[in-house]
Amino acid sequence: MSIAIEVADLHHRYLGGVEAVRGVSLRVASGERVAIIGGNGAGKTTLVRHLNGILQPSSGTVLVGGTPAHGRSIAQLAAQVGYVFQNPDEQLFAGTVAADVAFGPRNLGCSPEEAAARAASALAAVGLQDQAGAHPHQLSLAERKLVALAGVLAMRTPIVVLDEPTTGQDARGVELVAGIVDALADDGRTVVAITHDMDFCAEHFDRVLVMAEGLVVADGDPREVFEHPDALARAAVEPPQLLRLAERLGWDARPLTPAEFVHAYAHDPRTLGDGS
Amino acid sequence: MIELADVCYAYPGAERFVLEHADLRVEPGTIAGVVGASGAGKTTLAKILSGFIPHVDGGELSGSVVIAGRDLAGLSLSACVRQVGLVIQNPFNQISGARYTVRGELAFGLENLGTAREEMADRVTQVADLLGITQLLDRSPYELSGGQQQLVAIASMLVLRPPVLVLDEPTSQLDPAGTRMVFGVLSQLRESGCTIVIFEHKLELLHAHADRLHVLAGQRIVASGQPGEVLADPRTDEWGVGATRYTRTGRLARDRGLGPVAVPLPVSFDEAVGFFGGGPR
Repeated sequence: MSIAIEVADLHHRYLGGVEAVRGVSLRVASGERVAIIGGNGAGKTTLVRHLNGILQPSSGTVLVGGTPAHGRSIAQLAAQVGYVFQNPDEQLFAGTVAADVAFGPRNLGCSPEEAAARAASALAAVGLQDQAGAHPHQLSLAERKLVALAGVLAMRTPIVVLDEPTTGQDARGVELVAGIVDALADDGRTVVAITHDMDFCAEHFDRVLVMAEGLVVADGDPREVFEHPDALARAAVEPPQLLRLAERLGWDARPLTPAEFVHAYAHDPRTLGDGS
Repeated sequence: MIELADVCYAYPGAERFVLEHADLRVEPGTIAGVVGASGAGKTTLAKILSGFIPHVDGGELSGSVVIAGRDLAGLSLSACVRQVGLVIQNPFNQISGARYTVRGELAFGLENLGTAREEMADRVTQVADLLGITQLLDRSPYELSGGQQQLVAIASMLVLRPPVLVLDEPTSQLDPAGTRMVFGVLSQLRESGCTIVIFEHKLELLHAHADRLHVLAGQRIVASGQPGEVLADPRTDEWGVGATRYTRTGRLARDRGLGPVAVPLPVSFDEAVGFFGGGPR
């Protein structure tokens, strides 16, 4: 199994003096789906902004696809790491949705035809094919976020970084984003997503990193991580709703999804372990 | 009190009406939640409630928007601002860009209203304390995380102490603890007589904090009622509102012939404890 991302003792101090990341080390294997959770100001966005070269380490190293990220330009890293910003308005600039989404592949050297074809299929994946001719700023914030996501999908990078992809999405939008995460993983791509949505995190990621005060305070599969109330409390996050419900009901089962919950409920939840 | 009657609106140059014959009534000193699918017109309605439409965005607005007995159409934008505070959806855009510190940012609106210096300082300190951002006061608003910027955006409206507060997805960037804290602050404001309209997707929190819930779908308000009633309505999927995780799990159990038949589907955590607590049959 190859390593997509390797971060060693990363520190980042902003010019204003705030040290947002204070010694993070982690390895992400190719094809892994990693969710990063944690309180506001924990350093989540600062950490992932090192993966595509927007930020350079104050100290420590970041390897992407086996080679150091620092020293490489954002343009060089763009072929490997697609990054969807938290705020789509930092990302969208073109006069039409289709042109915006085609911009990334064009920059990677695709022909205009190939870029247009990729843009069309990425827009279809986010359900916005009918808005191809619209100006991005005519769309709602939730739709603009999906356009920004399509722009990165069209680049077909081996690594995709999503900064709070479900915020502002309605129930259908959250499902759509979740489907895209699953499809990327099925395609062998590495997905790193920052999220405050614990249910989204529990249902669609293999691994959860919990950050607090610039450090990773827990790392493991969701069921494992959500068993550590101390780390979660330190990070100002709480376990997914159904896990808390099962706990309140006195179950041994640890369901993360409605299907797991109902399965445990149908059997004898007090004796079933592991939510299975 | 807020009373919208027969409101229709289209953005400048747009052919399609975003709202058609929308009616909404919010009693003073209450929290009203508005839910609806993305693209249903929630942000447009928030801008109409604050006079931002038509005073800033322009467009074609008809019907009446009456707040505390005065129609916003007859007020100047600055009079609207004193009446209604709007926390816009994208907190990154609410930061003025005109001040170098969070303290300056929070005082900016008060400066524009001509508030005395001492009063300004007091209000900034008090609101920063309320939202737990005192330690950010001397930082640049642009060096903050997304969630911290969102708290600053909310604080920049609270310092103005508007009688009506309209919030468009005010917790989208916040962690769960920050989200609960903001809802707690809103409940406190309601106790002091503030009228609050909040546009949100977080149904559990609306259920816990809102006095009434209104559903925006098909260009108008299609349902209004107690949050529990509205969220238990079988039409929530059709409206694009979705359901809480507890309702969805209850529904799944019921589809498999499990769970109590006489108990309504659970909406909240406590109802779910009751629903599932008796065992599968």
